Amino acid sequence: MRDFLLLLADNTQILGHRLGEWCGHGPELEIDMAMTNLALDLVGQSRNYYQYLAELEGKGRTEDDLAYLRDAREFRNCLLVEQPNGDFARTVARNFLFDSWHFFFLQALCNSNDERLAAIAAKSLKEVTYHLRWSSEWVIRLGDGTEESHRRIQDAFDHLWTYRGELLTPAPFETEAASAGYGVDLHSIKPLTEDKLADILYQATLRRPEDGWMQSGGKTGRHSEHLGYLLAEMQYVQRAYPNSVW
Amino acid sequence: MSTQVSLEERFQARIDAEQKIEPKDWMPEAYRKTLIRQISQHAHSEVVGMLPEGNWITRAPSLRRKVALLAKVQDEAGHGLYLYSAAETLGISREELYNELLSGKAKYSSIFNYPTLTWADMGAVGWLVDGAAIMNQVALCKCSYGPYARAMVRVCKEESFHQRQGFEILLTLSKGTPEQRAMCQDAINRWWWPSMMMFGPNDSDSPHSAQSMRWKIKRYSNDTLRQKFVDMAAEQIRVLNMTLPDPDLRWNEERGHYDFGPIDWNEFNEVLKGNGPCNRERLAARRKAWEEGAWVREAAMAHAAKRQQQSVQSH
Ligand SMILES: [Fe+2]
Ligand SMILES: [Fe+2]
Ligand SMILES: [Fe+2]
Repeated sequence: MRDFLLLLADNTQILGHRLGEWCGHGPELEIDMAMTNLALDLVGQSRNYYQYLAELEGKGRTEDDLAYLRDAREFRNCLLVEQPNGDFARTVARNFLFDSWHFFFLQALCNSNDERLAAIAAKSLKEVTYHLRWSSEWVIRLGDGTEESHRRIQDAFDHLWTYRGELLTPAPFETEAASAGYGVDLHSIKPLTEDKLADILYQATLRRPEDGWMQSGGKTGRHSEHLGYLLAEMQYVQRAYPNSVW
Repeated sequence: MSTQVSLEERFQARIDAEQKIEPKDWMPEAYRKTLIRQISQHAHSEVVGMLPEGNWITRAPSLRRKVALLAKVQDEAGHGLYLYSAAETLGISREELYNELLSGKAKYSSIFNYPTLTWADMGAVGWLVDGAAIMNQVALCKCSYGPYARAMVRVCKEESFHQRQGFEILLTLSKGTPEQRAMCQDAINRWWWPSMMMFGPNDSDSPHSAQSMRWKIKRYSNDTLRQKFVDMAAEQIRVLNMTLPDPDLRWNEERGHYDFGPIDWNEFNEVLKGNGPCNRERLAARRKAWEEGAWVREAAMAHAAKRQQQSVQSH
């Protein structure tokens, strides 16, 4: 249960953090506000998972201990969400690849035999329905926009494609979670996310990149170099002033 | 000529009778210009103001604080939007106004040209900067121009929430470790005088004030609002068990107000001229976001145009 909860918590925390980096720097005010909404939702979702895990542990650790006092090797998020924002196209493609998986994952998680998890999933699903709509619409707008936007979003998908495989490939703790009934069988959601992807790429006049070698390792704590910097920034105050209340 | 005079007289009579002026009403050109300048400066301030606080989003020390800070900076973007819309009712586009900001022609509040150096600055900015902004903005809720007054009512509700949140950040630090207490005092020391300057020059040196007061765009003088702010802060600082960096600050029984020391107007003028610690960075950040976003905005327009064409053809 612990690793499975950390996977959910860290995925949403790290992606939320990345979106927070945009805050104040978006292409226009409305987009800025929309990305901040996504960040707020995702960080909020991660808090639900961290809090649940902290309770299950019963060691007096808090959500903040879990987010701020673990090192990169202990993070369970997939590699995709820690990838840098890049340009707006890169962010949109990253979010869409995540959302088009996250949405169906949460739908399935609503059937978890763990009531608390099912409840968190149901609540998150409402938000992620909007996230998927937001990123889908932007993929279409950029893909079927100008020559430049088309090139940028296609490049973004080409670049990020290698991180897509990990979303749909279960780590051992996910297989365990699925067979125990509180997790999600990734094979069951694969066709759904494939269909969504195909539909949106088609509408966006984009080419589906080749399924080549897929990077993996995030779920078991073997991350890209990016995560260390992200955590150095995110955890700095907590680490510099230990045992303080903020 | 005589009709002009009577229009202006009738306009002033409406203002004196506390009636709101609405976008379609006749108004003197100077009133329109003054409002465009003031509302757009205000809008730019909200949008530039996102930067110093945005600076700490990725380093917020707890998940609760991170969420609150994200929400606050998002509120400021929203304030910018309401205000640009209010300015647009006066017959100028958001794009034009925004270009004036990016070209450096338009001003924004100088307070945002100071750096946010520690986490405690998130508290000090909320308490003092949002606090000073509220003093100005509560007064603007009664401004004679309807759209501006109504925008301010919405904005004020959120600003007072920001102020309480800022104060609560400081209060937490003030009860913390010696390092946190030092961080708290240091932030107050750095933000106090710049916040005092937010009310603008002394009344004796404030050239536009008299006309703005007659038009009821402005309801209280700079010095009146500044005094209100000092009286508020001088009381609240005691709850924090900290001090304000002004040796002359003391209660004056006779006046029923706190006395305070002289403001360094030289510093104020230098920051206004562009020589504050962050003037260049702030404008550069706004330009960078705008320029790097150009292709996104173009793509959105191109896509919308294609969609429209398709729907025309399919009918
Ligand atoms: Fe403000
Ligand atoms: Fe504001
Ligand atoms: Fe504010």
